[in-house]
Amino acid sequence: MAGESQGDDPTIGGRKIEEMKIIVMGCSRVGSRLANTLDAEGHQVTVIDRNIASFRRLREGFSGTTVLGTGIDEDVLRRAGVEEADVFVATTEGDNRNLMSAQIAQRVFNVPMVIARTYDPGRSEIYEKLGLKTYCPTLVGAQLLHEMILRKE
Amino acid sequence: MYIVVVGGGKVGYYLTKELLEQGHEALVIERNAERADQIVEELGNVALKGDGCEVATLQEAGVGRSDVLVAVTGDDEDNLVSCQLAKNHFGVPRTIARVNNPKNEHIFRLLGIDVTVSATTILMSMIEHEMPRRALLHLLAIQRMGVEIVEAILNPGAPAIGRSIGDLRLPSESSIAAVIRNGAFLIPSGQLVLQEGDEVIAMCKPQQEVDLRTALLGTA
Repeated sequence: MAGESQGDDPTIGGRKIEEMKIIVMGCSRVGSRLANTLDAEGHQVTVIDRNIASFRRLREGFSGTTVLGTGIDEDVLRRAGVEEADVFVATTEGDNRNLMSAQIAQRVFNVPMVIARTYDPGRSEIYEKLGLKTYCPTLVGAQLLHEMILRKE
Repeated sequence: MYIVVVGGGKVGYYLTKELLEQGHEALVIERNAERADQIVEELGNVALKGDGCEVATLQEAGVGRSDVLVAVTGDDEDNLVSCQLAKNHFGVPRTIARVNNPKNEHIFRLLGIDVTVSATTILMSMIEHEMPRRALLHLLAIQRMGVEIVEAILNPGAPAIGRSIGDLRLPSESSIAAVIRNGAFLIPSGQLVLQEGDEVIAMCKPQQEVDLRTALLGTA
């Protein structure tokens, strides 16, 4: 589905992606919401979480796959289909778990797009320098709040 | 040397203690404040309260001037990140990580950690050494030459028992280097007849290991 494109079309390595294989590690609030959206858009989504109760956050009729286990274990990643994945996103509550699993996906399994959520801005910056794409909710949140405050004035 | 230890559990505690006793400068970083206080009480002012995966804590610990950083917490991901920050951000020459999942050993090395230590791997090799086996025990691999040195113990039923070395059908690229009988070294001449309990030390190419094992110990 082309869907509502917001400016740039989703592409990886220059090829236009309509249906991607996406692994979301951590069925947290953010992780589950992301997985639900991607699933609704028709992507092949696999969600990894070490707590089976977390999967209840997935929407009714979720057509993707769930894998129980920790994403810092390469056997678990293999079970989640990391070898064929287009995208790997690590969104657990643990920065280090995210950084480790993302590096395994990137360096061991050569997943083309890898993103690790990192709360600590320091770690986020250092791993960006090491070639890992990170998303830092702390920085983004602070920036957003700052803008909201200024706009109010 | 100045050594920073991340994780003040049992491993970290005894490691720090030993390092201090050997005259090194050592500091242990421990997240749990109570545990850190306890270490200070027992070993002196050598514990820093904080998260060894945070840049600010590592900075405070003076990791930049350390010779070695050893991460020995119970979590592989924490040990990895500590070592990577030490190596890439602070330029520590040598990083050592404790690894719980043995499969993470090769991943850690791929990600730049200098040395990994896995208790699981060590214990497994100890157990393999003790098991009565129909397998060859790997003593040494000489990678440069593509040769392995292996040991076979002739347990009851092994086909090599009662045969002379000259009679054995060994693979072409293998040779018997020594036979140990009751703790004594025997020169492996062609006439030497093998007995039950003999330890046979042999060299072979890795691809001929299976044939060598079959000749000495039978099929697994």
